[in-house]
Amino acid sequence: MKRATLISFLLCTCLAVSCLAQQTITIGFTVSRTGALNVDSLEQYRGFELWRDTVNASGGIKAGGKGYKVQFASYDDESNTKRVQQLYTRMILEDKADFLFSPYSSSLTATAAIVTEQYEKIMLTTGAAEEKTYKLGNQHLFQMFAPASQYLTAALDALKAKDPKATVAFVYEDASFSVAVVTPAKTYAQQLGFNVVFTEAYAPNTTDFSALIDKVISSKATVLLGGGHYADGSTLARQLTGHKVPLKMITLLVAPDSPQWSELGDAAYGVIVPSQWEPQSTFKAEYGPSGADFGNAYTAKYNAPPSYESAGGYASGLILQRAIEQAGGIDTAKVTQALNATDITTFYGRTRFSTQPNEHGLQVGHTIFLAQWQKDKSSKLVKQVVWPLAGKSADLLYPIH
Amino acid sequence: MSGILASMIDGLLIGSVYGLAAMGLSLIWGVMDVINLTHGSMIALGMFGMYLLFAAIAGNPYVLLIPVIAAGLLLGILVYWLSVNWVVGRSQLMSLLSTFAVNMMVIGIGTAIWSTSPYNVDFSLSGITVGAYTFTGNHIAAAISALLIALLLEAFLYHTRAGKAIRAVADNRDAAELMGISSTRVLMVAFAIGIALAAASGALVSTLFPFTILSGAGYQLKSFVVTVLAGLGKPFGALVAGVLLGLLEGAVSPFIAVSWIPLIEFGLFVIVLIFFPRGIFGKATA
Repeated sequence: MKRATLISFLLCTCLAVSCLAQQTITIGFTVSRTGALNVDSLEQYRGFELWRDTVNASGGIKAGGKGYKVQFASYDDESNTKRVQQLYTRMILEDKADFLFSPYSSSLTATAAIVTEQYEKIMLTTGAAEEKTYKLGNQHLFQMFAPASQYLTAALDALKAKDPKATVAFVYEDASFSVAVVTPAKTYAQQLGFNVVFTEAYAPNTTDFSALIDKVISSKATVLLGGGHYADGSTLARQLTGHKVPLKMITLLVAPDSPQWSELGDAAYGVIVPSQWEPQSTFKAEYGPSGADFGNAYTAKYNAPPSYESAGGYASGLILQRAIEQAGGIDTAKVTQALNATDITTFYGRTRFSTQPNEHGLQVGHTIFLAQWQKDKSSKLVKQVVWPLAGKSADLLYPIH
Repeated sequence: MSGILASMIDGLLIGSVYGLAAMGLSLIWGVMDVINLTHGSMIALGMFGMYLLFAAIAGNPYVLLIPVIAAGLLLGILVYWLSVNWVVGRSQLMSLLSTFAVNMMVIGIGTAIWSTSPYNVDFSLSGITVGAYTFTGNHIAAAISALLIALLLEAFLYHTRAGKAIRAVADNRDAAELMGISSTRVLMVAFAIGIALAAASGALVSTLFPFTILSGAGYQLKSFVVTVLAGLGKPFGALVAGVLLGLLEGAVSPFIAVSWIPLIEFGLFVIVLIFFPRGIFGKATA
């Protein structure tokens, strides 16, 4: 009897110890499952999801002698800032999220950041490149994407090398991200000596670009830069093709990075996208999987190649995971300290956050690529890295036709 | 060709589709004195009707307009019996609330089925190129289709017994009933035609631009502007006013940012309400 009691006691103790050692952390975020941002946002979500499944399959995040399984608290924000405000409050107060990831897009993230900072919760932002949010004195916000001001500078550098006499039109979504990209890009274009012949923003829900396209034709622009997100960018590209606008180069933000872009057929061909990451990238990962391993795992799970939004989502998880490991637990102050000290290269590239008081959390390690939709030998549309020249997988196609 | 002329031609083409959409609203308003707030959701259902038919059959979308119009008529009869028949002749607030409720139901069900993500009817006709400007085949075909449907409606209203009955009820419902016309049946037919016109315009828009279940709202607003421009209850005036609105959009867009155009449109809306309360085609009453 005594022996049986002892065995029972030991079993209970072991069970209790194992329960203590295996804890769960909750990461909250919203996804735009519906609305204008759904294509890009779902790709970002897949990155989060693949990271979570990979971590949990290997026993969770190991920190301070404990294993932390990762669980998500996630809701549909309908691409709507009002929903973001309500849902981030709910995830912090009701779901007791330990950490947060951002929604997709700069405007939704700016709203979420107000809530997370108010409750002093760490939020890793991905799919949110606009700098302004990181210049408001936030202490718990960390940006994974290279900032918006870098997006079109690479395209302009590439254009300068090919055609310094090009005439440039900027046609872009009137949203915080696109404005943050185009405003410095226009100044940079003028510094490079380009003649900027037309600049106009369009409302985010625009579907009829006829009037704008007529203006681009009248301006005699040879190059168009701009766009915004998937819904408007894909529509603009279709209508540029429908109106047979004789442009030598088209560079659009965000939308052409999606694998779905190839479904546009002729309208997809030759379009360039500034990219945070491409499958051809060959960064030597100091932490986490290699680019090839990430790409293979992603394609096996989702039957589609990853976009840079997906890579950004996965990398956000990796950087948070490493910070928790370095902090030895999930204490906000210690994890913040670890994130501040982060300077590492993963499959996604280098990640380092500014610790300057006037731009805390701004991404200062990551850089932008240019990818262009070209045809392979079997005339299938594929995305090629064309800039920087050192990392190119194909030459820049200029002019498009 | 100058940019202004090209822009005006583009405006003319899309304006005829605005006109077709407004004809449905104007017909219902004129005949029944009902402000139909299901108009936007019916335009959106027309878009999805075309999308589903095109995905299933992959036929010519301009031929597929026929089943969309037929489905619009049936839907109009259903909506009439569900929400309109009970409020005809009562205060306009009742009809506003009743049709608004149906609108919210359609939007809710549509969002549950299709979400609010954009859809496309992936069809393109080769266009006409003049100098540097190309007018897409889809825009030209949509404008021609809108005009043909408008002519058919005119033939129906002026050259058929049922059409004459609708006009009679619109002019004087009591007198029409004394002449043996069943006003309930006439109102139902008029409402169904109005919904079918909304669905047809939505189907044509779906061949031009991507759309969501919420896309009808913008066209509903334009329909109100066009209907007020034309004068209440003047379907053909609405078609002309729609074309004029498109022309106006085309004429001003080379000179101002495109995002300012709604301000011009609604400014015009207010001016017409103040100075021409019966619309530019309305007759002054003694």
